[in-house]
Amino acid sequence: MGFFRHPFVVKRRRDGTFDVVVEPRLRDHLQHLFSELDELLAEAPDDPVMRRLQPPAYLDDGEREAAYRLLAGEELRTSRRVAMERSLAALDGGTLSEDELWALLQSFNALRLVLGTRLDVSEDPRDLVDLDPDDPDAPVVAAYEQLGFLQYVVLAALDR
Amino acid sequence: MAPAPISSPTEISSPDADVGLDTDLPWIVLVWNDPINTMEYVTLVFQKLFGYSKDKATSLMLDVHHKGRAVVSSGPREKAELDVFRLHEHGLWATMQHDE
Repeated sequence: MGFFRHPFVVKRRRDGTFDVVVEPRLRDHLQHLFSELDELLAEAPDDPVMRRLQPPAYLDDGEREAAYRLLAGEELRTSRRVAMERSLAALDGGTLSEDELWALLQSFNALRLVLGTRLDVSEDPRDLVDLDPDDPDAPVVAAYEQLGFLQYVVLAALDR
Repeated sequence: MAPAPISSPTEISSPDADVGLDTDLPWIVLVWNDPINTMEYVTLVFQKLFGYSKDKATSLMLDVHHKGRAVVSSGPREKAELDVFRLHEHGLWATMQHDE
């Protein structure tokens, strides 16, 4: 047993639940990001980020699309906020069910969608790597890439 | 479970067959490529939501990635709409349309 620890560890247990360890500084950082996402969902601004979180279901049927938005829009925001509340609890670590781990994964993903849309990321990963460290977007890029790593850790634990 | 009886071609091509076309046509659910969702995440979401094997989910994900979109499920409108909603919940870019 060494003292070296990853800031975020997820391990599948034999009974199908998962052991989760989140380093305190990472937890604070994620709590901060989650609260920003929560504010965004509460305000639901009509902007590209919100449109990415709630894309249209019907591309060429305005009437049905309006009905879908009416029914699903609010439900989608509520579902995301519920997942985020469960994720905040999950950040305390301990033993999580597969459902609880999925809620965390979905919240990480929602955050990546928010940050990635703000950064206008393309398919070419070099766009982010080539960014000047003094660029005002640099902290957003760092958070985006970190979330990609955290998401990967969860995916690796879920994948069998 | 027994297989459903197959209608004869004459029945299918009967002139009355297109009555109620709008409600009878099945709907397809499409997932579109996007630069943010990772390939591993999209594959696992297909496995979780539709119960697909890892192989099938991976092949659908690769279709999305290389061809720009893939049909991931189909059925009546209510089912398709629920599938779209669940895909949206998971952050995937999904739409639905009549099967043509």
